Amino acid sequence: MQLLHFAILSPFLFAFFIPFFAKYAKKIHTGWFVLVLPILLFIYFIRMLSITMAGETVRSVLEWIPSLGINFTVYIDGLGLLFALLITGIGALVVLYSIFYLSKEKEQLGPFYVYLLMFMGAMLGVVLVDNVMVLYMFWELTSLSSFLLIGYWYKREKSRYGATKSLLITVFGGLCMLGGFILLYIITDSFSIREMINQVHLIASHDFFIPAMILILLGAFTKSAQFPFYIWLPDAMEAPTPVSAYLHSATMVKAGIYVIARFSPVFAFSSEWFWIVSLTGIITMVWGSFHAVKQTDLKAILAFSTVSQLGMVVSMLGAGAAALHYDNTEYYTVATMAAIFHLINHATFKGSLFMAAGIIDHETGTRDIRRLGGLMAIMPITFTISLIGTFSMAGLPPFNGFLSKEMFFTSMLRVTHVDLFNVQTWGVLFPVLAWIGSVFTFIYSMKLLFQTFRGTYQPDKLEKKAHEAPIGMLISPVILVAFAVSLFFFPNILSYSVIEPAVSSIYPTLLDSHEKFHVHISQWHGFTAEVFMTLGIIVIGTAGYLTLSKWKGIYQLFSEKLTLNRLYDKLTIGMEKGSYQVTKRYMTGFLRDYLLYVFAAFIILMGSALVFKGGFSFSTEGTAKIGVYEIILSVVMISATAATVFAKSRLTAIISLGVVGYTLALFFVIFRAPDLALTQLVIETISVALFLLCFYHLPKLRWKKKTRTFRLNNFIISLGVGIIVTLLGIASSSQRTKDSIASFFTKHSHDLGGGDNVVNVILVDFRGFDTMFEITVLTIAALGIYGMIKTKVNEEGKSVEPREDK
Amino acid sequence: MEILMSVIAGIIFMAATYLLLSKSLLRVIIGTALLSHGVHLLLLTMGGLKKGAPPVLSEHAKAFVDPLPQALILTAIVISFGVTSFILVMAFRAYQELHTDDMDQMRGNDQHE
Repeated sequence: MQLLHFAILSPFLFAFFIPFFAKYAKKIHTGWFVLVLPILLFIYFIRMLSITMAGETVRSVLEWIPSLGINFTVYIDGLGLLFALLITGIGALVVLYSIFYLSKEKEQLGPFYVYLLMFMGAMLGVVLVDNVMVLYMFWELTSLSSFLLIGYWYKREKSRYGATKSLLITVFGGLCMLGGFILLYIITDSFSIREMINQVHLIASHDFFIPAMILILLGAFTKSAQFPFYIWLPDAMEAPTPVSAYLHSATMVKAGIYVIARFSPVFAFSSEWFWIVSLTGIITMVWGSFHAVKQTDLKAILAFSTVSQLGMVVSMLGAGAAALHYDNTEYYTVATMAAIFHLINHATFKGSLFMAAGIIDHETGTRDIRRLGGLMAIMPITFTISLIGTFSMAGLPPFNGFLSKEMFFTSMLRVTHVDLFNVQTWGVLFPVLAWIGSVFTFIYSMKLLFQTFRGTYQPDKLEKKAHEAPIGMLISPVILVAFAVSLFFFPNILSYSVIEPAVSSIYPTLLDSHEKFHVHISQWHGFTAEVFMTLGIIVIGTAGYLTLSKWKGIYQLFSEKLTLNRLYDKLTIGMEKGSYQVTKRYMTGFLRDYLLYVFAAFIILMGSALVFKGGFSFSTEGTAKIGVYEIILSVVMISATAATVFAKSRLTAIISLGVVGYTLALFFVIFRAPDLALTQLVIETISVALFLLCFYHLPKLRWKKKTRTFRLNNFIISLGVGIIVTLLGIASSSQRTKDSIASFFTKHSHDLGGGDNVVNVILVDFRGFDTMFEITVLTIAALGIYGMIKTKVNEEGKSVEPREDK
Repeated sequence: MEILMSVIAGIIFMAATYLLLSKSLLRVIIGTALLSHGVHLLLLTMGGLKKGAPPVLSEHAKAFVDPLPQALILTAIVISFGVTSFILVMAFRAYQELHTDDMDQMRGNDQHE
C-alpha cells in the first residue's frame, strides 16, 4: 500500500467521516470539511507532473486477488494524470460552489457529500488503475454514485426517472465493456492494460478482436453519451447543479473518452476503429448541436451541448488513429492533440456555464429561457462568466474554445486525405458535418447568452426578485473562466506539461524513445481554410440566430413519436408489459396447468430419448412365464383402476382404490414377497379407513357433475404418460447389462446379519439408515397431522382452538 | 410376465395422471395414491420376477428372488403412506376451512400481481 493507492482510496475513507461532520458539526457547512480533500489531492497530483513531463511513468502494485491476476495496480502516465488533475481540480471548485448552492438547513448534506466523494474516488480509480477488472469495478462505482446523485431529490418523480434511465443505459454499456475485457483476457492471458499493449500483434490476429473492440466501445459510448446512447444525459439534469457541472460535463462523461484514448494503442491500428469512433463522434456532434437549439431549459441546452462537444472530442480521437496508418505522423496526430486540448477547454467553459446556470436558477427561481431575460444589468458578474463561457463554446476568439475549434477543423480537413477502405470521397463528409455542427453550436450559444441576459426583464414571471449571487458562489466559475481566457493567450503553458505526455500515452509506439510530439498551439495560422470556416460560422450563425423564429418549424418536421426517448420509453415499458403478459399467460394459478407442463416435459424428454437415442428395445428373453393367476389378477387390477377413474361417487372411487391396493398385495404374494404383501395389506386397510374418515363424513357425497367432464387434453397427456412408462419398463427389463448385487445379500445375510429373512436383514442391518429416516418421515407426518388438526390460526395470526365439527 | 406388468404399471400411471389433472382435490389425492401403487409395481418388475424362492434362507432353495427391490419397496410403501395420510388430512382441513373441494376455487387470488 503506497501513497498512490491511498490517494485513490482516500475519498472513500473520508466519506466514512462525513456523516459525523454532518451530524455533530451542524454549525459549519459540511462542504468545508470535504473541500480539504480534493485540494490536497490536486496538489499531490500537480507535483507528479514532473514525472510525466520527463516521459516517465509510475507503476505500483498492491496485490488483491493474485491467484486470479486481479491486482490493484496503479499506473500513472500523462493521460491518467491529466484526468486526475481534472477530477480533483474541478472537484475542489464544485465542492466550493456547492457550499453556497446547497443550504445547510434545507438539504441533507451528509448523503450528498458521501455520494460525491464516492464518485470522486471511483473516478480517480477509473483513470489511474492498470488492471481492467479493477477499472471495471471503479467504472460501475461511478455509475452507481451518479445514480445516487441524480436521484438526490428522490421525492421528485423526474429525478427517479432520470436516475433509473442513466443507470440502465450506463450499466448496459458497463456490462458490455466487461465482456470486452474478458475477451481481451482470453486473448492475452492478462488483465493488465500494459501487457495488452505489448501483445498488440497477438490481439490483431485473433478472432475476438472485432467483438472485443465493439464491446469496449459500447461501454465507452454509453458512458460518454454518444449517439444513440446520449438520451440519459438530458434527463440526468434533474440532479443538483453542482452534480451536473461535475459529473455530467467535466468528469464522468469523459470516462468513456478516457477508455477510448486508453485502448487506442490496442485497437487503433485497425481501420474499423477509425471509422466507428470518428463517425459516431461526428454524428453525435451534429445531432447534439442540432437538438440543443430547440431546448428552452438552460440545463437542457447545456446537456445537449455537452453531448455535442463530447462527440467532437470522440471524432478527433478517431481521426487521430489515422496516424498509425501513414508515415506522416505529425500530420494526423494534430487531431489527438486537439482532442486532449478540447477536453481541458470543455471542462473549463462547460463547468463555468453550468455554475452560471445554477446561479440563475438559484437567484430567479427558474431555468426556463422563455421566462428569463434582461438579467445583464442585474447580474453583471454572472453575465460576464456566461459570455466568456458561451463565446468559448461557440469557438470565438479570444477564448480557448477558438483554439481547439481551429484544431478540430484542421484535423477534420486532414481526414479527407485518409483512404481507409478506399472510400476517400466519403472523407469529405467530415469537414462538412463538422462545419454544420459548429454553426448550430454558434446558434445555441448565442441563444443561451442573449435570451437569458438581454431583452426585457420580466419580474412578474420570476419566482424571486432577481439579484446578483453571493460572492462565494461566484468564485468557482470565475476561476474557471479566468482559466479559459488565459488558455487563449498562453496556450502553450499546457503543451509540454500536460498535452504532450497525454498524447504520447495514447500512441506510445508511434515515436522512438526520447522523441517528443511537437505540440505547439498558436492563435494565428495565417489565412488558412480554418479561418474562413470560422468566419463562415460567424456569418451564417448570426443570420441563423436572428432568423431563428422563422425556421424553427424545421423541428416540427420530426414527429415526437420518432425520437429516441420515445423509443427508450416504449422499449422499457414494452419489455415490462411483455414479460407480464408472458408470465400471466402460463402462470395461471391452476395446479392442473402446472402439472400439464410437468407431464408434457416428461413425455417430450423421455419420448425423444427413447426415439432418437435408440433407448427402446424389446425382448422376452429371460422373462418369467405368465400363469392363470396373474391373468386373473391383471384383469381385476385393470378394472379396479378403471373404476377409480370412472367412479360416479366418492365412495366408489375410494373402494376401487382399495381394490387396487389389495390386488397389488396379491401380486406381492405371487411374486414371492411375503413382507411386502403383509405391509401392503395393513397399510391399504389403514389408508382406505383414512380416506373414508376424511371424506365419508363430509356432506355432498356425490361428485359434482362438472368435475367429471371429460377433457381431451388431459386424456392425451395421461395416455402419453402411460405409454412412456410402459415403454420405459419394457425397454429397461429387456436390456440388463450387469448382474444384481442380490447374491451378496443372500449369501451373507446369515453370517453377517444373523438372520434368515433377507429383506428384513437388509432393512435393519445392511441398509439400516434408510429405515431410520423412514421412521423419521412417519414421525414428522404424525406430528404434522396432529398440528393441523389441533392448532388453528385466526385472522389476527394468533393460534386458537379449532372449532368443533358437527 | 415383465412385459405384462409394465403394461399394467403403464395403465395405472395413465389413470393416476388423469386423476391428478382433475378438478376435485380428493381425486388428485386418489391419483397420488394410485401413482405410488404403479411405482411400487414397476420397482418390483424391474428387479425381475419369479426367479426363485422367497428370500428367506430357511427355505433352503437353490435360488431366491432379488431381496433388494423388496426392501426398497417396503421403505417406499411406508413413506408414501406417511405422505398420503398427511395430504389427506391437509385436504380435509382445507375442506373444513374453505368449504370446497374444487381446485379451481382454491386458486390464489390476483392480489399479489
